[in-house]
Order: sequence, then C-alpha cells, then structure tokens
Amino acid sequence: MSTSYLIKNAAVLGGEPTDLLIRDGVIVSVGVGLEASGVEVVDATGLVALPGLVDLHTHLREPGREDAETVETGTRAAALGGFTAVHAMANTDPVADTAGVVEQVWRLGREAGHCDVFPVGAVTVGLAGERLAELGAMADSAARVRVFSDDGKCVSDPIVMRRALEYVKAFDGVVAQHAQEPRLTEDAQMNEGELSGRLGLRGWPAVAEEAIIARDCLLAAHVGSRLHVCHVSTAGSVEIVRWAKEKGWDVTAEVCPHHLILTDELAATYDPIYKVNPPLRSAADVEALRAGLADGTIDIVATDHAPHPHEDKDCEWQAAAFGMLGLETALSIVQETMVDPGLLDWAGVAERMSAAPARIGRVTSHGRPLAEGEPANVVLYDPSVRRTVVASEMASLSRNTPYAGMELPGRVVATFLRGKPTVIDGKLATPHENTRFAPVPAGTPA
Amino acid sequence: MKKHLLSAADLSRDDAELILTTAEELRSLADRPIKKLPALRGRTIVNLFFEDSTRTRISFEAAAKRLSADVINFSAKGSSLSKGESLKDTALTLEAMGADAVVVRHWASGAPHLLANAGWSRSSVINAGDGTHEHPTQALLDAFTMWRHLGDLDGRRVAIVGDVLHSRVARSNALLLQTLGAEVTLVAPPTLLPYGVDTWGVSTSYDLDAVLPKSDVVMMLRVQRERMNASYFPTVREYSRRYGLDGRRMASLQDHTIVMHPGPMIRGMEITADVADSDRSVIVEQVTNGVAVRMAVLYLLLGGSEPAVGGAAHELSGGEE
Repeated sequence: MSTSYLIKNAAVLGGEPTDLLIRDGVIVSVGVGLEASGVEVVDATGLVALPGLVDLHTHLREPGREDAETVETGTRAAALGGFTAVHAMANTDPVADTAGVVEQVWRLGREAGHCDVFPVGAVTVGLAGERLAELGAMADSAARVRVFSDDGKCVSDPIVMRRALEYVKAFDGVVAQHAQEPRLTEDAQMNEGELSGRLGLRGWPAVAEEAIIARDCLLAAHVGSRLHVCHVSTAGSVEIVRWAKEKGWDVTAEVCPHHLILTDELAATYDPIYKVNPPLRSAADVEALRAGLADGTIDIVATDHAPHPHEDKDCEWQAAAFGMLGLETALSIVQETMVDPGLLDWAGVAERMSAAPARIGRVTSHGRPLAEGEPANVVLYDPSVRRTVVASEMASLSRNTPYAGMELPGRVVATFLRGKPTVIDGKLATPHENTRFAPVPAGTPA
Repeated sequence: MKKHLLSAADLSRDDAELILTTAEELRSLADRPIKKLPALRGRTIVNLFFEDSTRTRISFEAAAKRLSADVINFSAKGSSLSKGESLKDTALTLEAMGADAVVVRHWASGAPHLLANAGWSRSSVINAGDGTHEHPTQALLDAFTMWRHLGDLDGRRVAIVGDVLHSRVARSNALLLQTLGAEVTLVAPPTLLPYGVDTWGVSTSYDLDAVLPKSDVVMMLRVQRERMNASYFPTVREYSRRYGLDGRRMASLQDHTIVMHPGPMIRGMEITADVADSDRSVIVEQVTNGVAVRMAVLYLLLGGSEPAVGGAAHELSGGEE
C-alpha cells in the first residue's frame, strides 16, 4: 500500500483549495498545484480539510463491558467520525486506576490501529472518591497519562479534589471534573425544570453542576493548578467558567454535541435513548452553550460517547443507563449547530475539536496545524451533503444514538492517521483487522 | 376517547364527562341484587402490578368482573436494582396471551407510557399509578365523588393538601379538575411542592388555614413519616400542626364542603380520626365510586359503543348463565 498521498484541492480549514503532500506520516508540502510521482492522489475538491479530531471524553468500555463497546469497535467509530485520537475514560471494570489497566487500554488502542488511544486515569481508587489512585505511576507508565478523571462520578469531597489538583502539577496533569453534587442529585433522572415536575421524574438541578464548578474554579485558583470541566450543560456553568477565565485562572471546559442540539423536552417521550448525564437541559441552556463555545468560554467539544447494550436502554426510564453515542455524529452536530448558523468557522472547529483538546490533554502529536513538517493527521469532510442517521449502520457495537432518523449535514470522507488512511470514501480503510482473538498458530512460542 | 388512559391530560372535557355519566349509570348496578353485566364478556383484562397496591388492584378486578371480563392478575415485583423479567418481556408475554387491556401499576414514572408506545403490545393500557407521575383513574373517581355531591364542578374550589411532590394523585387531579372547570389550590410546605408547579395553572399556598374556608372540597394526601428524615419537614408533630386536618380546622369549613382522602390514611398525621369519621368525610364512598369509574373506563376503552346499561338489564335477565 502506498505510503504517500497527494490530497488535491482541499479547503484547508475551509479556505481556498490547496494541495497537501503526505509522505511517511508527515505533511511534507502544502501549496497550490503540487505535483508528485509514485503517490496516490486523493481528489478533495469540495472537501474541508481539518486536523484529525481529538476527543477528550470517550467511553470505550473495555475492559469489563465488552458487550457495549471494545477498544476495537470504539476506535473504528472514532475514525469514521474523523477522530485520530481519543481519551478513554477510566470508569471501566476494573477501573483504570493503576498503571496496569491504563497500559492495557493503551496497548489495545495501538493494536487496533484505528486511532490513537490516550487512557484517562482515575483520580481516586475505584472512583470511590476517597483515596488518590497512583496518579504518578499512571503518568510514568507507557500510557503517559496526563488527564485524570472519575467521570461518571464527581470528586465531591473538597479536600480530595484539592489534593488531586495539587498532586498532578508534578507531571503537568489535569483533573477533568464530572461536576455533579451527589446529594443534590440522588436518584436524579432528568433536568429539574417545569417538565420534571409534570413527568414525575426526579430532577437534576443546574445548581448541582454549577456549585461544584464554582468550588473547583476557586480551588484551582487557590492552589495554582489547572482544572478541566467535563460536559458543561447549563447557562449558569458557562457564566461561572467565563468568570474564572476573566480572573486569569487556568480553567478549561468542554461541551458535548448532544447538549448543543437536544433539549429536555425529549424526556416527555419517556424513551431512555434521551437519558444522559448530565441531562439534556432547556433551550435557553442550549443557546448559552452555543454562545459559550463560539466565544471561547467553552474551549472544546468532547463527545462523552457512552455506548450501552440494547437491554439497558429498552426499559423503564428510571431503570435505564445514562449516556448516548457521539463519535460518529459529533462533527455533523457541530456543523449543524455552530458552523451553518455562522457561530464558528472551520478554523474554529479545528481549534475546538482538535488543537485545544490536544493541548489540554498534553498530546503533542495531534491537534497540530496542517503545515509542512507536521504530523499527517488529517480529516477530509464534505459539508455539502446531508444524511439520515441509521443506528444499525453505526460502527459502534452499541446502537444508543439519539439521532436515529434525524437528517444531519456533512460526512467524513477520509481520515488519515500519521499519513495512513483509517477511513477512505467514508468507509473504514485500516487494513489490519484486529487479530488478538484469532487462534494462536501451532508452534508459536508461549 | 384515546385507546389508552395514561394521563389525565389524555381526557378532553367531553371524554371526562362521558366517563362520569357512564359511571353514574353503572353505579346504580351496585344497588341491584345481581351486580353483573355481560358488556365485556370474552374480553381479557390483565392487572399488571409491579408494585403492591391491594386496594387499586381489587377495585380494578371488581370492575372488570362486574362487566364479565376475564381477569388475570399478574404481580411482577421487581425494582431497578433487583431486575427480574424486563417490562418488555412481560409485555410480549401478555400480548402472546391476547390481553385486550392491561391495567398497569409501576414504580417507574412513564412505564405505562412505554408499554403503550414501544410497539410491544396492541392492548389498551390503563395507568393504575406510575411512580410519582400520575394515577388518572383515581382522579376520575375523585371527580366523580365531587360531582355527585356538588354537581357541576365549574368554578368549584378544590384544595389538595399534603405531599404534592411525591403524589401521582395530585398530578392527575390537578389536570383533570382543571379540565372540568374547577379551581385547584395545592397546599403544602414549600419543600413538598414540585419545582415548576407555578406553570401547572393551579394556585399554591403554604397556609392551610387561609385556604380552608374558601374550599368546596378538601382533599388530604398521605404523607410518609420517612419524609422527615430527608428534611422535607422537621417532625411529624410540626407537620400535623401546620398541615394536618383536625376538628378545629374542620370547623372553619363551609357547610357543604366535603373531605376526601385517596387512602391509605395515616390517622393522626395528615388527618385526625374525628375528621376521617365525620359526616363530611366521603372517604369510604370514594372506594365505592372507584369501582364504578373503573367499570366506565374499561367499558369505554374496550370499545363499548352501545350504552353500557341500557338494554343490558334485558340481557342480564336472559343472558346470565
């Protein structure tokens, strides 16, 4: 297979048509009318070229819930969504709270080869919120963990949070907080608002998120650490992050695609496909999140891709699992909610979905400009087409997409990881199928 | 009428009034020596109870049997923690057995909605209480009881007092009574009123004494003692002092005002024995009316296009095997 590609007439960051010559995993030349021999030519006329997307918040479910997703299937979904790197959340079984588990996930990612997998380490042992996990060991491991999170659970104890924020400074780590005051959200099912009262579903009030974010911003400022806030979902949270940034504090925040487009009205269906944590909020919250993402208060889009097997969603709302798929639809949702309405240009998308998440995760090989000498992590995207989302066509092992049947703009045409296509013509191109479950040939040394 | 009865909001004013007038006809049956009509002969009604409620189950059972339906009681207890057979598999089983209507009581809000809309079954679904959401037949029997005592409910003032936050009875009553033209006031400590209740179209008050003299109906809701452990109120005594209906408060009611309670009552907590047993109390009558209203609902949902009773007396004499 060719290792050199000449991408012709790509609108780099939405700009004028430009050619990109990729050789040996590196962008060797950028310009108009490039010529080269012995290369595979990719016609990118009409396509937008972006640096490969980086997700700071992905649940790959392995180890432990391989019925929902595996590193193999989750990274296929990532590649098809235009991602060249994902951060795998720590709430696996066993929890990724030791060097052993994070190295396992990291190695599985390398073997799969569809995109780079950067494991997130748990902040506390077993996500219990009581004792710090061996953060240093995970940082020093082959997985080189820099992002630590108990996501799924909040590090609610203020002294544990303070210590975590302080401790990770030793290796330039960041604590990514799942901001959810636990006592205010016991058995919470949906956004606390007019509808929760009518539907008789226990409310998850905005204050439970905002109170933790405010506290953590103050803590991070006090100890001079950096804080990342996961899945900001309320207008009030945007205000608090804006205030912290105005103070000059090192606080970053993410928003999920579903919080940019869906609202709590969907809970009236009692269909748990719309059950997610934090919950879908009001239309006013959606508007504030879009504005916050546009003006940079919210630094990044992160998917919170959360696969669940069918039976965990095909049941009563209260009994159902929280979470929805996100990797394969993220870029389309961002186009629909941000680019098409004029809130963000493609350069802005590259910043929010590639450069900024890479910086926050201290990943140096991704999120780079599409320029000479840079790693050839590239996604080619066709913003002109529209497609109807079909759950059964997802690469993810699970089917819990809230967008099934919706028409969304755009399609990922090709994804290049270090100069090799992982997706070409909108289909998975990675040649090496995962073989780790294949029978071991006779005579192989143990 | 819609195919299902999931929420009191499913009922138009015409629907609700049809149910009440049908219930009135059917109620007269209770005074006959043979309390049975052939209207639903050959139809199968399943009482599907995921949560214990003996009084609601026997009320539906009596209603179905008086209409000559075959009744299957299916108790499928299980919580989200101790998952037994899923709601889906239960529904598929009932569908395979050919249930015409499923009366469902469930601990999860929205479970009847799911049963009706997930495509698992073609039966009519009747919500017999779901989580903290709704209990529409309770609201119908309450409205029926008020209607029998007070006539037309237009402009009538109904006070619903107690744990509104956790009450499916309050939600269904708030919806149905507004449909029927009544003015509803929810009375509770602020901790026991739902967030967003100001959008329900009802009045709210924290002061029971101010509301009682203006009310035509006072409906007391059950308040669980355990709520005080979650700081909804400080003590049982303080709750009773501020929101309990006792003899002193009863004296401030107008002569025609009736006192209701969906049961089961906690005497001494939200209502004292002298009030519960007084002439104003229609609590026992609510139970009788419950059977008549549920007969009306089953009859109308299962496609009774003929008058329920008219001509039935003839059939009754000739057709009873």
